[in-house]
Amino acid sequence: MAETFLPTPSHTVGPFYGYALPFPEGEQIAPKGHPDTIVLHGYVLDGHGDPVPDALLEFWQAAPDGSLTGAPGSLRRDPVTGGHLGRNGTDFTGFGRVATDADGHYALHTLQPGNAGPPYISVCVFARGLLHHLFTRAYLADGADPLLDSVERERRATLLARPGENRSYRFDIRLQGEGETVFLEFT
Amino acid sequence: MTHAQSDIDTAMDELQHAYDEALAAGAPARHHPRRDYAPYRSSLLRHPKRPLVPVTGGDPETVELSGPVFGPTDVTETDNDLTVQHGGEPLGERITVSGRLLDRAGRPVRGQLIELWQANASGRYAHLRDQHPAPLDPHFTGAGRTLTDDEGRYTFTTIKPGAYPWRNHTNAWRPAHIHFSVFGTAFTQRLVTQMYFPNDPLFPHDPILRSVTDRAARERLVATYRHELSRPEFSLGYEWDIVLDGPAATWIEEGR
Ligand SMILES: [Fe+3]
Repeated sequence: MAETFLPTPSHTVGPFYGYALPFPEGEQIAPKGHPDTIVLHGYVLDGHGDPVPDALLEFWQAAPDGSLTGAPGSLRRDPVTGGHLGRNGTDFTGFGRVATDADGHYALHTLQPGNAGPPYISVCVFARGLLHHLFTRAYLADGADPLLDSVERERRATLLARPGENRSYRFDIRLQGEGETVFLEFT
Repeated sequence: MTHAQSDIDTAMDELQHAYDEALAAGAPARHHPRRDYAPYRSSLLRHPKRPLVPVTGGDPETVELSGPVFGPTDVTETDNDLTVQHGGEPLGERITVSGRLLDRAGRPVRGQLIELWQANASGRYAHLRDQHPAPLDPHFTGAGRTLTDDEGRYTFTTIKPGAYPWRNHTNAWRPAHIHFSVFGTAFTQRLVTQMYFPNDPLFPHDPILRSVTDRAARERLVATYRHELSRPEFSLGYEWDIVLDGPAATWIEEGR
């Protein structure tokens, strides 16, 4: 593939995306009331360990059956009122978007991804101060995996979500410093 | 500690000079800003210090080589016209912004979601935490969405946003810009960026624009005035193509 077109540079999402990018049920990838719903949640922290209250996280993952086709309808709109209808309650779009709250906390409600190898949810981090987004992965189980096996032992844990009560998984994102999350570069 | 514009300008000039020298000495062009660009002070505590870990595209099961899809249900008919979302006409200079969404081989990215958001004509966001004492416009929110067509083209009708002050340093002003959020065919192509208007005198003083130290790359963030895109007695036309970086999924001819 000839690469003759040069890319448009990235910029920070800034502080004022809040009225434009988040959408109702952005954190609800699992169909409403699905008995297998899991919760991935945690904090986004800066280099001082302080919470980042204006980060925007996006999530992309395989469906429980392993498919990666996704489905439209994450931001389903009402053509009559122009408002948001929320998701249609059955389709699994594989995509979620959550802004951190004033405590720097986020929570995503979804289903176990069915990708090959240890299941993981891909995470894209945006924030004021972050000139170019960051990718990482929240692995819901440990196991043999090309990425997990390529990182140093003490950093591997930053990619592993910790199972907790009520089908929850804790996954903190440290942008800088002690316990800095492993961020990814796709080549 | 407060910083004067002159301190920030000096710091930006030094980083620009270092980049220009490295480029002249044969270093590869850097298309994206570095995450640790000190003149943009919010970046100081929010960038990783460890190198990114490479994930090579050889494995087709890499989840990020696919990405979210959107469809007609995700947008409404008026989402790409920010001037008709309320009961009356917003104040300001009406503009049409149009362009194509392409990958690095120049292939159109079809049917993908483009979102934008911006300040109103007086430089104020419809956001509670925007404290800039400029008037809100009851007829303008400043958020829009559209799907690209079969040629990868998008079009928005909106208002030219105003410059606005921010607190990076004393007397800091952002040049007029529109924020864009764009999806490609793979999650790896995800892009959030900002579009600027030609010949803005604030360019040399803005640490966000100048965080892109490659001059040619910086120019790709500036739209072009196109008289053919201006609509008689209605709006001024700007053209801005967006090229997505990052590995894409295997291209399927006639797909997507
Ligand atoms: Fe802005």
